[in-house]
Amino acid sequence: MSALLETREGEATGGLSVALSGVSKSFGETSVLRGFDLKVRPGEFLAVVGRSGGGKSTLLRLVAGLDRPSGGRVEIGGRPVAGLNPAVRLLFQEARLVPWQSVVQNVGIARGPGWREAAERALADVGLDGRGGEWPSVLSGGQKQRVALARALVSRPGILLLDEPFGALDALTRIEMHRLLDGIWRARGFTTILITHDVAEAVALADRVIVLREGRIALDVEVELERPRAELADPRAAELQKRILAAV
Amino acid sequence: MSVEALAEAPRARRPDVAWLGRALAPWALPIALLIAWEVAARAGLANPRLLPAPSAVALAGWRTLLDGTLAANALASGQRALVGLVIGGGLGFVLGLATGLWRPVETLLDSTVQMVRNVPHLALIPLVILWFGIGESAKIFLVVLGVFFPVYINTFHGVRTVDRQLVEMAEVYGLDRRARLWRIVLPGAMPSILVGLRYALGLMWLTLIVAETISASSGLGYMTMNAREFFQTDVVILGILVYALLGKLADAATRAVERRALAWHPAWQPSGEDSR
Repeated sequence: MSALLETREGEATGGLSVALSGVSKSFGETSVLRGFDLKVRPGEFLAVVGRSGGGKSTLLRLVAGLDRPSGGRVEIGGRPVAGLNPAVRLLFQEARLVPWQSVVQNVGIARGPGWREAAERALADVGLDGRGGEWPSVLSGGQKQRVALARALVSRPGILLLDEPFGALDALTRIEMHRLLDGIWRARGFTTILITHDVAEAVALADRVIVLREGRIALDVEVELERPRAELADPRAAELQKRILAAV
Repeated sequence: MSVEALAEAPRARRPDVAWLGRALAPWALPIALLIAWEVAARAGLANPRLLPAPSAVALAGWRTLLDGTLAANALASGQRALVGLVIGGGLGFVLGLATGLWRPVETLLDSTVQMVRNVPHLALIPLVILWFGIGESAKIFLVVLGVFFPVYINTFHGVRTVDRQLVEMAEVYGLDRRARLWRIVLPGAMPSILVGLRYALGLMWLTLIVAETISASSGLGYMTMNAREFFQTDVVILGILVYALLGKLADAATRAVERRALAWHPAWQPSGEDSR
């Protein structure tokens, strides 16, 4: 597998930094984030845990450039966010594959020169070698999310945003996806922000976990466990999960 | 895998028979009716001047085919139908797309279209005759009117019901407006647009036949009305059968288009593929 992930010549790797300072966001009367500060180092894997309505998705949409903050600054790689940024890719809760485009066309949805070859390679990276000609409707839920992951990574983004993409998958498929994401992230080194309500997932994947509660950071911990991490087995992981759960 | 193949082997012949049965089944009822009709006619149960035997209708078909009247009239009708469909369907598609894509166009146009839609277009025949006389344009105008609404409504509906999440995804992944229209919105609206087209084809024939029976000097409607004058019931029935055939042909054509355009749709894929 690692052979598939080797860095190819001329392809940018590495991550971009993310910085939010004094960010507030409100929808009408309800304010979701107030005076929010967060710094993510280049290449860092950050997991954001919290209850629904805690501002997790809002945070992600601000970084993605899908929404504008009501106040404060959002910066990516030191530059303020102004709308959508091709260096930032977002993986949705649902795979959102276009049903009338084949798998490879979905991965290369933005087209551009040499898109087919790039898309085929990205498919190989997520373990879907040779499935490019199929329709999305024949794929399983896990395979669909793999295609979505390939689509996000094909343009070599500096930042990958994940909005609970594995929430709907069964436990075994989810662990497979964790291994896949962990492997690709270690090979490429892009900055990752993962939104999840699964504390075990956060501890298994992230360098750092923050707990969002009512628009504020209730807990901010580093996960200093060596990779790859065998889930559940490590008592330190269990200890950490307990601590995070207490803060949620 | 090999175990399944072994189990399949003795049954290898069965599917052929089943397939043949399935292919023939839809024809069983019409053929039975035809036979009953022929028998009834020959036994003198029906007045041949009111209901001639199928063989007499077939003979009339052969006769009109030989003297060229059937082909000439079918061609005249076909031309009107096609011209009307292209104009009316094209207008419906473009306007449906415009109202579906842009709210201002919808506010400007849609309520008017919905109001006009509720007028049965055949009720306009007297007015159309006053405007256009009984020439070609009158009939084409009526067909245009008949086809426009189903195409318009279904295009509008199709564009509006395209999955918003896909459109958002396309924006996030950097597709410009043009690419979103061609790769997301139009294909997403296509099932609905094709439903509109099928409705439109039905209305196209209906409108044309009515228009031709009222005033025409050529066409299938004219042929049957003319035959009525001379009490050629066989030709009248022949005309009706030709309508049925043309309707079926138009339907088969749209189904073929659907099969191509909607190949991605689970409903058009070979069964069993989706149970993974």
